[in-house]
Amino acid sequence: MTNLTAIDWIIMLVYFVFVIGIGVLLRRKVKTSADFFLAGRAIPAWVCGLAFISANLGAQEVIGMAASGAKYGIATSHFYWIGAIPAMVFVGVFMMPFYYGSRARSVPEYLRLRFDEKTRGLNAISFAVMTVFSSGISMYAMARLIEILHFLDAPFQRFGIPQSYIFHFSIVASAVIVLAYILLGGLSSAIYNEVVQFFLIVAGFLPLTWLGLKNVGGWHGIVQKLPAAFTHSWVGMSQASTNPLGVDVFGLAMGLGFVLSFGYWCTDFLVVQRAMAADSMSAARRTPLIAAIPKMFFPFLVILPGLIAVALPTQPASVPAGSVITVSTPAAFPGSMGIIPPKIDPATSQVVTDSNGKPVMDYDLAIPNMLLHYFPTGLLGLGLTALLASFMSGMAGNVTAFNTVWTYDIYQSYIRPNATDDHYLWMGRVATVFGIAISMVAAYAATRFNNILDMLQLVFAFVNAPLFATFLLGMFWKRTTGHGAFVGLLSGTASAALHHGLTLSVGAVSGIKGAWLGSVLHLYPSEMAQNFWTAIWAWTACFSVTIVVSLLTRPRPENELVGLVYSLTERPSEENVKWYLRPAILGLIVLGMTALLNFVFW
Amino acid sequence: MGLDIRLPIGGLFSILGVLLAGYGLVSDRGIYVRSLGINVNLWWGAALLVFGAVMIVLGGGGVRPGRDDKGRPHGRERACLRGR
Repeated sequence: MTNLTAIDWIIMLVYFVFVIGIGVLLRRKVKTSADFFLAGRAIPAWVCGLAFISANLGAQEVIGMAASGAKYGIATSHFYWIGAIPAMVFVGVFMMPFYYGSRARSVPEYLRLRFDEKTRGLNAISFAVMTVFSSGISMYAMARLIEILHFLDAPFQRFGIPQSYIFHFSIVASAVIVLAYILLGGLSSAIYNEVVQFFLIVAGFLPLTWLGLKNVGGWHGIVQKLPAAFTHSWVGMSQASTNPLGVDVFGLAMGLGFVLSFGYWCTDFLVVQRAMAADSMSAARRTPLIAAIPKMFFPFLVILPGLIAVALPTQPASVPAGSVITVSTPAAFPGSMGIIPPKIDPATSQVVTDSNGKPVMDYDLAIPNMLLHYFPTGLLGLGLTALLASFMSGMAGNVTAFNTVWTYDIYQSYIRPNATDDHYLWMGRVATVFGIAISMVAAYAATRFNNILDMLQLVFAFVNAPLFATFLLGMFWKRTTGHGAFVGLLSGTASAALHHGLTLSVGAVSGIKGAWLGSVLHLYPSEMAQNFWTAIWAWTACFSVTIVVSLLTRPRPENELVGLVYSLTERPSEENVKWYLRPAILGLIVLGMTALLNFVFW
Repeated sequence: MGLDIRLPIGGLFSILGVLLAGYGLVSDRGIYVRSLGINVNLWWGAALLVFGAVMIVLGGGGVRPGRDDKGRPHGRERACLRGR
């Protein structure tokens, strides 16, 4: 299907040589566990900043955001402009002084310093489980995509290897490459490679957006071809029924813009670890702010191709999902479906339909199909390499976060305290190996039991939703106690599960999509609205329970909380810092630019 | 960390740029139908080469962002392993 020529393979090869080469170059620098897990806290701010977004720019992001762009239109950019930027500014300006200043080596360790052992344990264990499974999900998605794109078919045929081995090969090859460069250079290697991956992803996708825009007649052409709801991010947001997301403005702002976004960008060790590796407090605070600048323009790189894919005239798809079928489909909504084919059930080879009998579109193919549609051999090699790079940066981010939390927060705390630093460095390498091994098991589990992964992701969402309430209270209210935080987190997770179990979205069947407790107390207009409100409930429950329990339990003496709580910590002095390096000013600039983008795409 | 990341980035993109642009020069015109008749390999390859060269110059010239006027990182502190 996809015919790659020698030039494409050479480009891919050059990239992988560099990936491993960076690991080899950094190997000499790894002498202590702090070098391995914290990159020796010696990375400049701009490098940390690019790694900060790159670690999050996994495949789910690239493929998923384009898919969302094709499905919902430019409103998808809310996931960036509302759902990331404000939280990134907040973590840089207000929270980084405590993460970096407390000398905690991980987010769970901050929780131990601020609260107690059980709160750390809860966070560390749930986080460790989540990261290895996320990395497995990433691995699975990549292997599936390589199968669907068929670009390994020809070489496999030439060497007489059965096509069914492509999946195994993809899993093993990605595991070996990520394993090699992390084992060699630890976090610095992961961070440096994330920066390379960042530039590669830009280099691979920018021509796609450019060619696509040129083809459809620019933004103006998209506006003419697609329904108005697709090209405005805010028009119709006041009510759930008048916008494609099916979310009202309060649900969007509170659920996505506050609870989910702050919960991820401010508390997830996967991203915070990148800032903790910075060479100074000021660099650590600038990391998320520097990251926010490219982040706000990512919609043009990953969402726009999705919009272009649906704006193009319908034609035989480059990749008919599944096998032989190329059906001209009735559009699921007004306007053409462009180059996106309907979803095919792999078991029956039939088009998948929703409860109304309309075919379900395979939006995840937006980016792959766009690549095949526009890129000639040569550039296609670069585009595919960029796609592979995005999978690997996502996986490596999870693996480095996992090995740190495992070694410092689980192994050193509960299994073997007081060992030598060399021993922990060794443990970190071992953890990298078994972390990747568990990811592989998870990837294979996904091929057999697809629902298990959906369920895991649902449970992760329940665990994550309340987190930000705990951090917010912990950092800004000195009265918060460890018991309060622990009970608050548990009640937050319980309320998330309870809310999800008692609600459903329109058109969904009860089960994994909600209402598994038997009754439907509320029907949401869309699954997204249901998710946002689940998060809002979880956050509110955690916030209030933490306050109540804290007031009933004994507070920690204030002298133990210096450096951990806002009111008891000296502000970092900024007198000698140039104005454009001051976090607050940078933060305001970032917020102003984001507001401008919202205004332009109103 | 001793290694200036801009050097490997510059190296990688220079090589990729030369490969793409070189291929663009020798490749058959027919393959550019899908890219709207534009020889994207040549043009994008050239762009990547320029980017790679700029990174090498910046990395090799010792321009160090994130450092103070004396070329040192701001208040660099080594992480010490916390005993418990």
